[in-house]
Amino acid sequence: MEATVTTATEEKVWSGGNEPLGASYGKMMMWFFIVSDALTFSGFLVAYGFSRFKFIETWPIADEVFTHFPFLHGVDAPMYYVALMTFILIFSSVTMVLAVDAGHQMKKTKVTWYMLLTIIGGLVFVGSQAWEWKNFIKGEYGAVELKSGRILQFLDGTTGERVAISEFAVPVASDRVTHQSKDGVWYQSESGLPTYSLEEVLAGFEANKNLVVRTERLNEEGEKTVLSRAESEERLTQAVMVVEGANLVHNEYGNRLFADFFFFITGFHGFHVFSGVVLNIIIFFNVILGTYERRGHYEMVEKVGLYWHFVDLVWVFVFTFFYLV
Amino acid sequence: MAHAHESNTSRIWTVFIILSVVTIVEVALGIVKPEWSMVPVVGMKILNWIFIILTIVKAYYIAWAFMHLEGEKGSFRWSIVLPLVILIPYLAFILLVEGNYIHDVYSAGFVKWDF
Repeated sequence: MEATVTTATEEKVWSGGNEPLGASYGKMMMWFFIVSDALTFSGFLVAYGFSRFKFIETWPIADEVFTHFPFLHGVDAPMYYVALMTFILIFSSVTMVLAVDAGHQMKKTKVTWYMLLTIIGGLVFVGSQAWEWKNFIKGEYGAVELKSGRILQFLDGTTGERVAISEFAVPVASDRVTHQSKDGVWYQSESGLPTYSLEEVLAGFEANKNLVVRTERLNEEGEKTVLSRAESEERLTQAVMVVEGANLVHNEYGNRLFADFFFFITGFHGFHVFSGVVLNIIIFFNVILGTYERRGHYEMVEKVGLYWHFVDLVWVFVFTFFYLV
Repeated sequence: MAHAHESNTSRIWTVFIILSVVTIVEVALGIVKPEWSMVPVVGMKILNWIFIILTIVKAYYIAWAFMHLEGEKGSFRWSIVLPLVILIPYLAFILLVEGNYIHDVYSAGFVKWDF
C-alpha cells in the first residue's frame, strides 16, 4: 500500500511540489466534483426506480415510446437511434482520451484534431437529444385521459395496430376556441387546444366499430392490456380530455411521472453535455493558441477529459435504466 | 505525475471495441428479448440483470481505462470508487424496497387510483 503521508518533505503540500495521493491539485478537485455529481445523478436515477417500482404494472414501455429514426418516417425503429447516440458519445470519449494521450507526448497538432472531433461528437449528441425531445413532446398517436388521470390509447381491434386519433376523429362543429387573456379576465388564459376535441375523438370512435382501447396496465406477457369493444366504450365514458404528446402535466404514453423523469434526467444530462462542449471549446482554443505548449504540459486537457468521460459514464447508466430495463 | 507517459493508443482502441460490442449485445437483447431471459430471478427478469451487469462492465472500462484510474495510486483510486460503490447500491436498495412497499399498499390497500 502506498504511503499517504504528506509530511515527507519540509515544504507545504502542493505548493511545495508534494502531491497527496500522487494527484495534482486540479485533478483531485475534478475528481471531488465528479464523485459528488455521480451521487446527484444516482439520486435522480434511484428516484426514477422508486417511482417505477411504485407503478410497476402500469409503467410505459420504452420500446414503444422511442421508435423514431431520422429520415425514416413511419418506420418502427425501437431504440436504434438511442443506440446510435450512445455510440457517438462513446466515440467522442475515445477521441478525448486520444487527445489526452497525444498531450502526454506534447503533440500539439494531434491534440487539436482530437479535441475538434470530440467537440463535434458532443454537438451531434446534444442535437440528437433535442430531436428526441421534439418527438417525445410532439407525440405520435395521441390518447385520451380519464378522470383518474390514466391514459387510454386506441388500437385497431382486428390487427392490434396502434391507431392515431387523427386517423379516425370525425369533425364536429364547435364554437370552442382557445381562450386568450384579451378575451376575458386579463389573468385567465389557456394553452392551445388539442387538434381534436374530445367530442370529435369519441364520435370517431363511435363511427369506427373496429376500434378498441388499451389501458396502461401490463399483462402477464408484459404487454399493455387491450380491452374488448364493450369494455372500451364503458371506459371511454370516463374520458375528460385529449392528450397529444407529453409535457410535465400530461403524457400520452402513459404515466406522467415517466415524462417528468425523462425531461428531468435526460435534460440534466444534456445540460452536462452542453457544459462539456463549452469547456472543450475553451480548451480547444487554448491548445491552438499554444497555452499548454508554453506551460510545458497538457494537464488541462486531462482534467476536462475526466469530466467528458464522466458525462459518457452517466449516459451509459441513463441508457440502461431509461431505455433498456 | 507518478506514472510514465508512454502511448496507450492500443489499450484505448481495445477498450473502445469492448464498449461497442457490449452496447451492440445490449441493444440486440433489448430488441430480440429472448424467451429464456424473461424468467424472473431475485425480483427481476434475467434480461434486466444482464443489462445491469453489462452496464457495470462498461462503467468499469470507462473509469479504469478512459478516466485512467488504473494509472492512479491505489489509495487515490479507492477513495474515489469505494464511497460510490457503497453509497449508491445502499440508496438504491432502500428506495426500491420502499417503492415496492408503496406498490403493495396501492394494490392491496384502500386507495383506488385506476378508474
